[in-house]
Amino acid sequence: MYATSYHRASSVEDAVRLKSANEEGKYLSGGMTLISTMKQRLAAPSDLIDLRHIPTLRGISIDGRKVTIGAATPHADVAASRELAAICPAICKLAGHIGDPHVRHMGTIGGSIANNDPAADYPAGLLGLGATIVTDRRSLSADDFFTGLFETALEEGEMVTSVTFEAPEKAGYAKFNNPASRFAMTGVFAAKTAGGIRVAVTGAGASGVFRHPGFEQALASNWSADALSNVAVDASNLMADMHANAEYRANLVKVMAKRAVASAG
Amino acid sequence: MGVEGIGARVTRKEDKRFLTGKGRYTDDMTVPGMKYAYFVRSPYGHAKIRNIDATAAKAMPGVIDVLDGKQLQADGIGNLICGWMIHSKDGTPMKMGAWHPLAVDTVRYVGDAIAIVVADSSGEARDAAEAVVIDYEQLPTVVEAVAALAPGAPQIHPEAPGNLIFDWQIGESDAVDKAIAAAAHVTEIEILNNRLSPNPMEPRATLGIYDTAEDHYTCYTTSQNPHVARLVMSAFYNVAPENKLRVIAPDVGGGFGSKIYIYPEEIICLWASKKTGVPVKWTSDRTEAFLTDAHGRDHVSKVKMAFDANNRITALKVDTIANLGAYMSLFSSAVPTYLYATLLSGQYAIPAIHANVRTVYTNTVPVDAYRGAGRPEATYLLERTMETAARELGVSPAELRRTNFIRTFPYQTPVIMNYDAGDYEASLNAAMQAADWNGFAARRTQSEAKGKKRGIGMSCYIEACGIAPSAAVGSLGAGVGLWESAEVRVNAVGTIEVLTGSHSHGQGHETTFAQLVAGRLGVPIESINIVHGDTDKVQMGMGTYGSRSGAVGMSAVVKALDKVEAKAKKIAAHLMEASEEDIVIENGELKVAGTDKSVPWFQVALASYTAHNLPSGMEPGLKETAFYDPSNFTFPAGCYIAEVEIDPDTGETDIVQFVAADDFGNIINPMIVEGQVHGGIAQGVGQALLENVQYDANGQLLTASYMDYAMPRADDLPSFTLSHQNTPCPSNPLGIKGCGEAGAIGSPPALINAITDAIGHNKLTMPATPMKVWQALQTAH
Ligand SMILES: Cc1cc2nc3c(=O)[nH]c(=O)nc-3n(C[C@H](O)[C@H](O)[C@H](O)COP(=O)(O)OP(=O)(O)OC[C@H]3O[C@@H](n4cnc5c(N)ncnc54)[C@H](O)[C@@H]3O)c2cc1C
Repeated sequence: MYATSYHRASSVEDAVRLKSANEEGKYLSGGMTLISTMKQRLAAPSDLIDLRHIPTLRGISIDGRKVTIGAATPHADVAASRELAAICPAICKLAGHIGDPHVRHMGTIGGSIANNDPAADYPAGLLGLGATIVTDRRSLSADDFFTGLFETALEEGEMVTSVTFEAPEKAGYAKFNNPASRFAMTGVFAAKTAGGIRVAVTGAGASGVFRHPGFEQALASNWSADALSNVAVDASNLMADMHANAEYRANLVKVMAKRAVASAG
Repeated sequence: MGVEGIGARVTRKEDKRFLTGKGRYTDDMTVPGMKYAYFVRSPYGHAKIRNIDATAAKAMPGVIDVLDGKQLQADGIGNLICGWMIHSKDGTPMKMGAWHPLAVDTVRYVGDAIAIVVADSSGEARDAAEAVVIDYEQLPTVVEAVAALAPGAPQIHPEAPGNLIFDWQIGESDAVDKAIAAAAHVTEIEILNNRLSPNPMEPRATLGIYDTAEDHYTCYTTSQNPHVARLVMSAFYNVAPENKLRVIAPDVGGGFGSKIYIYPEEIICLWASKKTGVPVKWTSDRTEAFLTDAHGRDHVSKVKMAFDANNRITALKVDTIANLGAYMSLFSSAVPTYLYATLLSGQYAIPAIHANVRTVYTNTVPVDAYRGAGRPEATYLLERTMETAARELGVSPAELRRTNFIRTFPYQTPVIMNYDAGDYEASLNAAMQAADWNGFAARRTQSEAKGKKRGIGMSCYIEACGIAPSAAVGSLGAGVGLWESAEVRVNAVGTIEVLTGSHSHGQGHETTFAQLVAGRLGVPIESINIVHGDTDKVQMGMGTYGSRSGAVGMSAVVKALDKVEAKAKKIAAHLMEASEEDIVIENGELKVAGTDKSVPWFQVALASYTAHNLPSGMEPGLKETAFYDPSNFTFPAGCYIAEVEIDPDTGETDIVQFVAADDFGNIINPMIVEGQVHGGIAQGVGQALLENVQYDANGQLLTASYMDYAMPRADDLPSFTLSHQNTPCPSNPLGIKGCGEAGAIGSPPALINAITDAIGHNKLTMPATPMKVWQALQTAH
């Protein structure tokens, strides 16, 4: 790790101010990605602005069916929330299958979506739920937020403060683990929301998380796993790496989509 | 058998320190003035070094010095060696290219060490390493063994034209060809044995300390055999004469073979300590471990197995190409030859066997022994072939094996080995019964009803442990003897220290060796300490690998105990005015048989040291040394059965049961043996389903972290069903065969036989990842 300066932000405003004062600085949330990247000397931020001690950033609040999750809320809190499980069990299940217990107790939803790893789980969840990402300066729909591999619509210095969504009527998440990293080799989040059917796929897209219109149409007329059987998955836009080629991923997209629907609660 | 003696499930004495974080590993060692090293390594698979400019690096904060290969060479430090000479079939010696501890003009794999930076902190050393400017001229690379032999392949060492190190054979080629020509059936198969990274939990580390006043070196290192390290470093690398070099391998967190070898870093840190005047410590990080620890396996073989009309094997012909990487590691030449081809008879009476082995240089990290070393390669090849043959011949896999089992012992194979004892059918029967083999069809039907594919597969393995005797291995090219030594020191109060040349890095010697002594003398196990891993404490020793510590290391302890016991009996007889022949040792006492006369053990010990009343002419003291050179290898064998359920939608394999029936001869501590088998099977599951080292065409290691290299985790594994059969080993005093590698040897073929049974055809290579299994299922349709 290269030398860096550590700052503990006390509020959102404090964090944003520290970030603007240190152009080469970075926000630090759970550190599960950032710290290991720094240890490998692949990142060298001049300053780390730690968000985990900002009280307003952590926690889950539920108002009727409206859910708000603070950016610095660790995956373990989401996985264990009974109130959330009562209205959207799929997101709890998703969080409960991220990494291992250490990662779930450190890694946060804000860090995960800001990082937008193409194999991460939350991007599929939030895109599938049609969530809104709230930052220190604006609100963005998930459709606008995730823009590519490790790319988001966040501007320089912009900070995620929370995510919000309406609990869906039904939703399910199915993940097929990469055998080595256990990130998603393919993960599919399917939801019946007030705004319609949404199916989001992670781990498979050549340019990151994406919605699958074919699945959405099929499910709109018949919400069942069988309805997906005859929907084609185009392998040409899918990722290929040493673990899985595009053809196999196309198969997994279909299989996981069916399982997501079948398990939806 | 007492509660603490041979056969007892004594909990491990060493675990308190390991489980409470009090283990003392090389990286825990700190000495005054100690500084830290970081190695500058090649980022290219193959390149010429035009120039090294360390000016900027030397000026960086905290930097003490930056040293390179030319300086090392100028100081007379030697090249790394391969300690086993193999001759090609044309009689020429193997063609060994020079391996400079620090590359001098050419780098040959990504990770090849070029320079060492010594600095106040490891961070500063690493910063400075990045500032070393190296001018490279990139050369073409080749990473696969078959490609490296092709005409026009990049030439890696001038000494080895066409990258061929040796072209070796064993057995009778003519007899084999005749038998194949006359066969009723010939099974042909191509076998790939995937390349593995050893991944001990503790990465390699070393601390080199030079003492100017004494002109003496101390080397702390993560070694499985500190004495061999000292021998090689003084005899071949010219680091220091043996009496000026102390090697200490303290607690070592696993090795699996990868810590047998003497690596460049140990030599360089010792030399750098003298050059810089400060103790120098280096600790590998995990990516460095992937890049530089010797890998395992990486064979490509063509096999023909001939049968007569009664399904008896008449001949086996094997043609293997083995990838040895960029340099010949310490035992690399022995692994695909004498540790591999000599096991190709398996458990079967095969009248004629011929194996041809070509070893090849590539632009990859050196390949050497890894848990099983040669025997997993032989077992996988043979047991995949047997399974395939059974399917082709339309007989059950068990039946084909029964038909061909060796049933009388000793049995001389056509490939050197002389099997001394075994009962292969006993293990086969035990395994089939434990697995409820006959109930499989019903279980398969149940799986099919759930839309799953179920398969079952077996593997009957044999392996050879306690590689020996020294004269025989010497005649086959070994550069060292393969005996072991022990010293039993009885203290004046009767407590005991056993010094052994074996080295424990997870095997539990501190418990099992103590059990041997406790059982023999009837003294409490707490009063016995096992001392190992320090060349200043322990007389010469050969270390631990090849499951040799029980069969060879403990046999040496037995020999030393025999001498201690004989002397103690003389003293006791003298004290009790009895005849030496009448003395028996029981429950910590020396008794006159048939009387109530006895002296406690501690009193005899004390008498030996006070020396007030010893038999006339007897030397004081109670301490004996023994060297034990076995008369033969030992031959653990067994039968493993795997049953799998495959999800055809994803290709995912679920191991629904795994049965191991092993004959390890006599067992010292069943709990420790079970642990060894569990760990071995886990590694076998890793090889069969998950692990695969991959380089790209430029020699970049793609699997350089756990993000991409899949290690087995607890939830990849079922509960194992174990049993033991016992035909004691006749060639050592304890009847022990060895158990450290069997799990890794026997399990991969059982798993792949089960998976290919489930998918209905044979086109599958290890690791059987979900994608490969899914693809195999598509071609079956
Ligand atoms: C062993 C391991 C296994 C894992 N397995 C999985 C898995 O299966 N599935 C999965 O989805 N993930 C997995 N992860 C990733 C993990 O879940 C974390 O979510 C992820 O590392 C990022 O979250 P973090 O809070 O640690 O962010 P950090 O590492 O602290 O930050 C990541 C990036 O986001 C930026 N950032 C952080 N917070 C904010 C914010 N509020 N606003 C703007 N930018 C911000 C940082 O500057 C940095 O660039 C794994 C990680 C590890 C180490």
